[in-house]
Amino acid sequence: MWTLGPLGFTAPWLLLGLVVLPILWLILRAVPPAPIRRRFPGVALLLGLEDREAQADRTPWWLMLIRIVAVGAVILGFAGPILNPREDRGGSGPLLVLLDGTWADARDWSARMDRAEALLGEATRDGRTAAVVALTTPPEGAPVFNDGEVAAQGLPNLAPRPWLPSPEADADWAEALTSVEGGFDTVWLSDGLAREGREALLQALEDKGTVTVVQAPRQVVALKPATFEEGRIVLSATRTPTGPAAEVPVAAIGLDPAGAERQLATATLAFEAGAAEAQVELELPAELRNRVTRFELPGVRSAAAVSLTDDALRRREVGLVAGGAGEREQLDLLDPLHYLREALAPNADLVEGTLSDVILANPDVIVLADVAQLAEGEAEDLSEWVEGGGLLLRFAGPRLAASDLARTEEDPLLPVRLRAGGRSVGGAMSWGEPKALAPFTEDSPFFGLAIPEDVTVNAQVVAQPDPTLAERVIAQLTDGTPLVTRKALGEGQVVLFHVTANAEWSSLPLSGLFVSMLERLSVSSRAAPATAAELEGTTWVPESALDAYGELRQLDTQPGVPGERIAEGRAGPDLPPGLYSGEDRRIAVNAVDADMVLEPASWPESVILEGLDVVRELPLKGALLAFALALLLADVLASLALSGRLRGQQRVAKVAAVVLATMLWHPAPGQAQEAAQAPSTEAAPDPEADAFALAATEQVVLAHVVTGDREVDDLAEAGLLGLSNVLWARTAVEPAQPKGVDIETDELSFFPFLYWPVTADMAIPSRQAYEKLNRYLATGGMILFDTRDADMGGFGTATPEGERLQAIARGLDIPPLEPIPQDHVLTRTFYLLQEFPGRYNDPEIWVEASPPDAEQAEGMPFRDLNDGVTPVVVGGNDWAAAWAVDQTGMPLLPVGRGMAGEEQREYAMRFGVNLVMHVLTGNYKSDQVHVPALLERLGQ
Amino acid sequence: MTEASASLRAEAEGLSAPLPALLAEAQHLAATVVLGEHGRRRAGMGADFWQYRAAQPGDDSRAIDWRRSGRADTAFVQDKEWQTAQTVMVWVDRGRSMAFASEPKHPTKAHRARVLALAAAILLVRGGERVGMGGASGLPPRRGTTMLTRLTEALAEDQGGEYVAPDTAGMPPRSRALFVSDFLGDPAPVEHAVAEAADRGIKGALLQVLDPQEEAFPFLGRTIFESMGGGMRHETLKAGELRIRYLERLAGRKARLRDLARATGWMFSTHHTSTPPATALLWLHAALERRA
Repeated sequence: MWTLGPLGFTAPWLLLGLVVLPILWLILRAVPPAPIRRRFPGVALLLGLEDREAQADRTPWWLMLIRIVAVGAVILGFAGPILNPREDRGGSGPLLVLLDGTWADARDWSARMDRAEALLGEATRDGRTAAVVALTTPPEGAPVFNDGEVAAQGLPNLAPRPWLPSPEADADWAEALTSVEGGFDTVWLSDGLAREGREALLQALEDKGTVTVVQAPRQVVALKPATFEEGRIVLSATRTPTGPAAEVPVAAIGLDPAGAERQLATATLAFEAGAAEAQVELELPAELRNRVTRFELPGVRSAAAVSLTDDALRRREVGLVAGGAGEREQLDLLDPLHYLREALAPNADLVEGTLSDVILANPDVIVLADVAQLAEGEAEDLSEWVEGGGLLLRFAGPRLAASDLARTEEDPLLPVRLRAGGRSVGGAMSWGEPKALAPFTEDSPFFGLAIPEDVTVNAQVVAQPDPTLAERVIAQLTDGTPLVTRKALGEGQVVLFHVTANAEWSSLPLSGLFVSMLERLSVSSRAAPATAAELEGTTWVPESALDAYGELRQLDTQPGVPGERIAEGRAGPDLPPGLYSGEDRRIAVNAVDADMVLEPASWPESVILEGLDVVRELPLKGALLAFALALLLADVLASLALSGRLRGQQRVAKVAAVVLATMLWHPAPGQAQEAAQAPSTEAAPDPEADAFALAATEQVVLAHVVTGDREVDDLAEAGLLGLSNVLWARTAVEPAQPKGVDIETDELSFFPFLYWPVTADMAIPSRQAYEKLNRYLATGGMILFDTRDADMGGFGTATPEGERLQAIARGLDIPPLEPIPQDHVLTRTFYLLQEFPGRYNDPEIWVEASPPDAEQAEGMPFRDLNDGVTPVVVGGNDWAAAWAVDQTGMPLLPVGRGMAGEEQREYAMRFGVNLVMHVLTGNYKSDQVHVPALLERLGQ
Repeated sequence: MTEASASLRAEAEGLSAPLPALLAEAQHLAATVVLGEHGRRRAGMGADFWQYRAAQPGDDSRAIDWRRSGRADTAFVQDKEWQTAQTVMVWVDRGRSMAFASEPKHPTKAHRARVLALAAAILLVRGGERVGMGGASGLPPRRGTTMLTRLTEALAEDQGGEYVAPDTAGMPPRSRALFVSDFLGDPAPVEHAVAEAADRGIKGALLQVLDPQEEAFPFLGRTIFESMGGGMRHETLKAGELRIRYLERLAGRKARLRDLARATGWMFSTHHTSTPPATALLWLHAALERRA
């Protein structure tokens, strides 16, 4: 390679080609452009005009320059220029590229990978063998040196890990290095953090050859686990190197009520100048605090910037409901909830109110103190809540004792059946002493709690002996009567204290035992972190793990981690940071421990320190060739313009567009096509559909369904034409030419009225057509079904058309029908009619049934019928045939005989008029019903 | 029908196809101009009222003046003042140079010239004038609509030759003449023809029809200009250089024609095919209606 300043050339001899350029200049200059032939009648005026300059029309200098520069760029391009060619590092023998691979690396991992790749590429060029090792995942034994390319292939497998290498691991690996035969050079891409064991490893490396350390000066900030102090969350962070004052935002992330992860709160950690630690207190409402799943430093991609929270942060919500609260003015000490409040308030958030309110708050625990009777819905809601994992804690009391609850049948919300009345011991009116508590048995959750001497029970409700009683008792009195009973219900449980929650029946609520018992029942949370003793012998299964970039991933099946390891703390390969779940709680293991101290790494003078940044080699060949191509294209345009072949703005634009299109063709053509087609399908105006819509809506248009039977369709159209003529002549309705409508393809909503002659072989509409028809019927359209058979079948049998109609109507959303009643509004929308003949006169016309409660009021001519228009009219009188006229307006088909037939035709017409009026005006003729009442009110 | 006659028929039909179109276009154009006037102080064809007279058989029912007839029992017809017929000889350059149109959206000069001449003829015929066509293959002046059909046919024929000079043969003395051409050829025959016509007492109008490109000369670079027939050519290395001199020559040509018109009492105007023909027709109408 031959270098010239920051440029290097891979094929420098090609540059000799530049010598040719001046010659090219001379050649190009001498050749004038070819002439154009033009037809021009004005040539007669031109004859005799001489060109003033004999050689004026040469290629202009700037066009020559474009060409020369283009050729020059081609020559330069093929000479293989490279900007910032990498200089050789020198050295020989194997090369070890060492990465720390910790979370501190994660932030600029790609830069590290680039650097490692550059180093390996260099080694390959120099013929050196190489190996890449990340200290967080050191290989077993000594590194294996391979060809540089082979080593580079392994690079993508390396990823930063969310922990720091332990000193022991470093030492082990340093030990392994001694077994390598011969020396090697090392390039150590350091994460910049000091840690124990680094010196030993460095020593081992220096024994083998030179060590170069690549380290970028930058600040590392680590967020420590959040702690909970006096109701506030304390967040602290540490940084290195300590520098000027800085503010670092912290965000609390959790699931919002909708289940989406979002930022719930933010705070700012203010580092004072020179301080390595910063702290901030965050006060959150309990509801919000319970939702927090992690804290993180926004924008920092590192496991150290994320601190997971576990149950330690969570405060349980307890709902308290007392029976008969507010009935009488009570002293605080007699309040059934007073002692519960005192016991729970420090560790739990209390919700008080009516049961229905409390259930809505979805607390972890609901306490019912002496509540006997639950409202109908409340009992079900409560059982549902318990079955979903809630803990229902009930206390007895006078009300529960007096009620008949769970006397004969076990109540689902009580663990045992109760005897009537309860019992009283040690009172003035009873024998015996107040009873003390018996020691807790081993299977009781209270096992191990010390029982104070002075806890006595004066009164209690008594459980009825049942086969299941023994297993449900978890605390009893010295005489063996159950004091606390429990049963599982779904995923939750119901616990009953057979005494009151205040000191009326026993001194239990006064003692510390009460608090401990509540704690054991998980009523109050354990705010303290799990102790080593608690963790001993337990196994924890990782639920989700944090990677070095601070991303939380769900894990499916991972081997459990012994509790001792978790107690030890300090994340490592055997304890990756994440959330670990045990029997009844979760523990968060974070990349940064509470006592972690960050310090910048310091290196002895013997190592060579380098920055991380690499100046990238930039081959210029492609760019130069593209530049030359662009110049040549410009030359084409310029030449055309010069010779006058490029005439007019439009043509320039056209040519430029073509050139640009060829140049920009590069993006995937499929995508381009899609992009081009997408809007066209979306917004393409359909002139045909528009014309159809216009024709159908500019005037009232009667329409019939196209059945596919030519004869029927023609007759239907002729019939509607006849009806339209009659409407035009007699009413204010002035319909346009009737239309045939294809229910599969045409839009129906334009038509107020559809005439549907049913043929025996008509196709069943498709699903889309049914959807359209149902929408049409639901939004006020009307269909007149005409089987054209005068219902010849009758008496339960059906004609083919009738059967077809049934088949078609099966998919339609048709309300219940009834034969048209005498007072239907169709009988008087325009004409007063009592029969509805077509070509036949069959009285069976079906319309939507009137509501069952429609009754004829006293003195009213009609029933007060439903609102709205009947969506369908079904009949078989072949109306279209009676209506049908030819173009001259003469009836097409005979109806009946003689004048009687013409009268029937007239009535058919009147039915049609009534029908269209009914469609267009709705039921307003029904309002006649109110006429007598209105008249009466007017005093007439 | 034999094959030969069939082909003849097809050719004839193809040939005659543009004629009605040309006539229709010209009539359409002529409809934009209201007839003019030169009264003869007696009843006849004209636009001005002369007298009422009783309607006679043969009078067009449209001619009846209903307002006047309403006041009497008989129908009356309004007589117009008779306006004497002029004889106008039309000559249109049908040389090859006229078959030029720089852009498809413009008509060829020949087409525009024919339309204008025919439209003027229609106006004249409608005004009761006699119209004929000058030149060796000309038509003697006649009045009536049949003349228009003949004129249309005659105009549709092409003449050979790059540039054609007007021909005064067959022009009656003291008539009027209309010469439509691009006048780009040799000006001497034109001058000769006009002078000769003027000698015979013929007055008239010269209408120069030019394509916008001929007016602008928007050419650059090395170009070989050829006449429409290919008979003349001129090569230049820098067309752009020639522009100013060409325009000077064109202006000189126009000035020469204008001087000629002034000297002989004729009218001269230039029309471009890129502009609507109506203005040119108006000018023609005014020029030909000038009272002698």
